[in-house]
Amino acid sequence: MSNVVRAVRTSGTGGMSTWARAARRRAGQLPLHAVIITISLLWMTPTVGLLVSSFRPRDAVRSTGWWTVFVNPFDFTQYTLENYAAVLTAQGMGRAFLNSLIIAVPSTLIPIALAALAAYAFAWMEFPGRQTLFAIVVGLLVVPLQMTLIPILRLYNQLGLSGTFLGIWLAHTGYGLPFAVYLLRNFFGALPRELFESAFLDGASWFTAFTRLALPLSVPALASLAIFQFLWVWNDLLVALIYLGGTEQVAPLTVRLSTLVNSLGQNWELLTAAAFVSMALPLALFFSLQRYFVRGILAGSVKG
Amino acid sequence: MANVRFEHVWKRFGKVVAVRDLNMEVKDKEFLVLVGPSGCGKSTTLRMIAGLEEVSEGNIWIGDRIVNDVPPKDRDIAMVFQSYALYPHMSVYDNMAFGLKLRKVPKDEIDRRVREAAKILGIENLLDRKPRALSGGQRQRVALGRAIVREPQVFLLDEPLSNLDAKLRVQTRAEITKLHRRLGTTFIYVTHDQVEAMTMADRIAVLNNGVLQQLDTPQNLYEHPANVFVAGFIGSPSMNFFNATLTGTKEEMYVDTGGFRLRVPTKIANAVTQWLGKEVILGLRPEHIHHVEFTPPNINAQRIMAQVDVQELLGNERLFYVVAGNHNFVARVDPRASATAGETVALNVDVDQMKLFDPETEEAIYS
Repeated sequence: MSNVVRAVRTSGTGGMSTWARAARRRAGQLPLHAVIITISLLWMTPTVGLLVSSFRPRDAVRSTGWWTVFVNPFDFTQYTLENYAAVLTAQGMGRAFLNSLIIAVPSTLIPIALAALAAYAFAWMEFPGRQTLFAIVVGLLVVPLQMTLIPILRLYNQLGLSGTFLGIWLAHTGYGLPFAVYLLRNFFGALPRELFESAFLDGASWFTAFTRLALPLSVPALASLAIFQFLWVWNDLLVALIYLGGTEQVAPLTVRLSTLVNSLGQNWELLTAAAFVSMALPLALFFSLQRYFVRGILAGSVKG
Repeated sequence: MANVRFEHVWKRFGKVVAVRDLNMEVKDKEFLVLVGPSGCGKSTTLRMIAGLEEVSEGNIWIGDRIVNDVPPKDRDIAMVFQSYALYPHMSVYDNMAFGLKLRKVPKDEIDRRVREAAKILGIENLLDRKPRALSGGQRQRVALGRAIVREPQVFLLDEPLSNLDAKLRVQTRAEITKLHRRLGTTFIYVTHDQVEAMTMADRIAVLNNGVLQQLDTPQNLYEHPANVFVAGFIGSPSMNFFNATLTGTKEEMYVDTGGFRLRVPTKIANAVTQWLGKEVILGLRPEHIHHVEFTPPNINAQRIMAQVDVQELLGNERLFYVVAGNHNFVARVDPRASATAGETVALNVDVDQMKLFDPETEEAIYS
């Protein structure tokens, strides 16, 4: 877009040919573009490899590298849907997908709802110890997740929460809250003070100002946070494995897929297909919320 | 009745005193302008009336109750912010209706008031738009509309024109004056622009460093400033000040600046006899210094000589930046009176208009 803007600007100046200028500028940017494209390709290589492998038969995967398909890329006999068929028809897949949803949706909504309330208070309401409390919340960001696994699991065992959805919702809420509070506080804090003052003069309470002003104005931040949290929970294996275990009733997709390999020996080519199966929903979510996602990243940096 | 009264009001931010022992009364239905340079405490004063800032000491009355501890929404006031503070995600209609909805006003009543306010402001065709699709002037009207629909007892306006371009500002200025007349409520208006203050106000309160300098009608403020600050702040170009001494006798008194000497008219001399022989500050407005050839009749003119440094023609008037002795000052003369730079010109001073100030306290001795 900046290219367009610049081109429009220069076209107004007249004098020297704008085409010559544009061409020279493009030539000047060539090395930059080359570097960017190279990095992008390098970055994508593992994913492309995974995708290609997922369509290759077991024997081919075992014997040659995925890049060998590029010798004859249009020889379609070297591709197969076997892996996908195997993954999708594997026992308990439907239940696992459902479990993943049951885990991921509340584990996204609960921390964001709590974080929004907390962040609003941290940003706008004055109460003693506000700064200290906020510093502690931000400080929690540095606590490694792994450190908490054993103590919390022991606590869960005592409370009878291990192996329950409630337990994992609480766990993900706890792990997600510090970052969510931090991000939202900064976003709320950047909203103009006059808006709230105006609302108070209009008769709004703190809570009304929160629901009618702060929340609607923070949709970009909330949406991007929701995507991050959902992706993290959806892709999580460790937390689910620890607190839920592998029983079919509760195990999410990630746990189910990982047992696929173990239970069937060394069928790791199935994992490549499984990765893309489990990616489907997050991708759909990402693209449907992309509008907010991109805006959300810009949000706060550019006031507008 | 919606008069607003300040009783020994102080506002401190930590150690900084923003408003110092403010005592004043804004009368019912009055258009009062708070004016002063930035940081003088005028916005803080307004925000204290609104309830957005707490009063550190003293009492604020709205009508017959002390509002110190009354929350903003229960003070029966409406405020227009400098940034307009429109709700960006709501349509113009909803922006105006928001406060009424929160107050549980019946729906048809809300509709009636919003449409009426929109009609007064000429924004009926914009009701469905979002604020981002409006120009600055339109946003400003919506902000006014949001205040009008509330039908408050007191209107507070915090520099509502400062984000508009010059032409629109002049136009909106007149409209706000009309609006005040039409609504018949108390308006308290904050600005740093003395032209806005002079043109719109019933009375002006001049503030500086958190201290009320003078509270009076625009004309009295201009003609009888209480101190050097007010004299210099009101009027453009601002008043010329000269360090001077009162010399001569009671019957024939002169004010001597070193660069020139003026005979003090008898009326003024009688009022300042005790200052004879002492140092004073002489104040002369540029418009009271005329070119000799274009001096209006019937004024008590005395001639001084000064050298023109720079001159500016503004079409309807000409400004001479002149030097006399070690004093630089400005004269606003007839546009036909031309002079070249470096030329010495004869100027007539209307000495009846001279102001005298105490150099110690800067308070007016005679104004």
